[in-house]
Amino acid sequence: MNVNQVTKALLLGSLASLPAAAAELEISVTNLTHGNYFTPILIAAHDMDSHLFQAGEMATPALQKMAEGGDIADLDAAVTGAGGVTAANPAMGLLAPSARVESIMLDSGDMTHLSITAMVLPTNDAFVGLDAWKIPTEAGRYTFTLNAYDAGTEANDEIINGGGMVGTPGIPAAPGGDGGMNATGIMDSSSNDKVHIHPGVLGDTDLSAGASDLDSRIHRWLNPVARVTVVVK
Amino acid sequence: MNYLTDIFKRSAMALVAIATIGLAGCSDNDSPAPVVPPVVSPVMQDYSVTVTNLTANQPMSPIAVVAHTSDSKLWSTGMAASVALEVLAESGDNSDLADENGVNELVIGAGILVPGGAETISLSLAPADVADLSVVTMLVNTNDAFTGTTGFDLAALAVDDTTTLRVIAYDAGTEANSEAKGTIPGPADGGEGFNTDRDDNDKVHGHPGVISADDGLADSVLSAAHRFDNPVMTIKITRTQ
Repeated sequence: MNVNQVTKALLLGSLASLPAAAAELEISVTNLTHGNYFTPILIAAHDMDSHLFQAGEMATPALQKMAEGGDIADLDAAVTGAGGVTAANPAMGLLAPSARVESIMLDSGDMTHLSITAMVLPTNDAFVGLDAWKIPTEAGRYTFTLNAYDAGTEANDEIINGGGMVGTPGIPAAPGGDGGMNATGIMDSSSNDKVHIHPGVLGDTDLSAGASDLDSRIHRWLNPVARVTVVVK
Repeated sequence: MNYLTDIFKRSAMALVAIATIGLAGCSDNDSPAPVVPPVVSPVMQDYSVTVTNLTANQPMSPIAVVAHTSDSKLWSTGMAASVALEVLAESGDNSDLADENGVNELVIGAGILVPGGAETISLSLAPADVADLSVVTMLVNTNDAFTGTTGFDLAALAVDDTTTLRVIAYDAGTEANSEAKGTIPGPADGGEGFNTDRDDNDKVHGHPGVISADDGLADSVLSAAHRFDNPVMTIKITRTQ
């Protein structure tokens, strides 16, 4: 139903020549993963030419900061500086695995597109992302899912060492207290430095040694990793 | 709704039909036409649901096609599973769904839907029962994975309209994904189905996939062939009448 409704809305939207009216949005985000947290979420309404990220393009420094360490301040500033509006950190901290944050209100004003990002933790540089979804002009309830992307900025060594600063290898933390230690590290031979669909984490079952500090029984996921509902009022 | 309520509803419609015909027969004509017994049957709305198992080696339990009211979804991600859903996701037994609030019809597929297999299930609803549709089944070589869709709006379909959905695997969150011997009901193990314990995070979420012994989970009875990725099933819903 929802895909159909979204498609219909997009078609209608592209045919309509009317300027977009201010839209009051009510948004919910569900973390679909089994054992991964979302760091503070950024929801941004912006114009048709703006993006927080684009698959197949290099990550901006602001996106890299978010994807490697969870810091959305630079992305937020970039959006608002360009005249956009944001709902920053609506979950007031981490959004736990399988948890939902709802009733997020955002007045999109004359902004036409919606984007969402948050880091997936524990990972090296995975983030959940929505890139420039055209806000329907037709009132209604729209539901869709989001994939996890790899920012392409840091090797996925799967070592938890507190490394959340840009350019620092490693994973900042396992918020669930379920990470391992002393991993030798996964050799990430990928040379893809563009934003791409995340291949998923490997993990292992050895919490005190092994190749990965992630737990394959807890930290793996399959895309999609989030479900979003947007009510256009 | 239960069977008795359904019968009641159909009887009420028949009475309306008879009353209408009775009024039409009240004319000034002195020689009324011969009385033809009215054929009383509600105009049904018919749907066909075709499902295809997209997995490599995950047979699916008999498909449940459920017509229900729009305020009675069978699950919601981020929320705890109902017991009926837990039973289905852990054992493949879908029969408890018939007793869920708001369920008008439960139509069950012919049997196990093998990997690569497809099946078409027909559904005929009285207009008053046309609201939401759910389709749900267990991936039987798992602890508690299921797939399907819930809350599809049937009213959006005109006759001959078709919608195709590609759906993901969910984790009922009611049983730990141990993959251990004796815990999986499918042919990979032949182990236990439902038990009342809830030893996972008790929230329906996206399934993380199975690990298997081949990928480093030493106690797993599963092999690489049992792994899956999304989507795991297509659902094609057509209104035929």
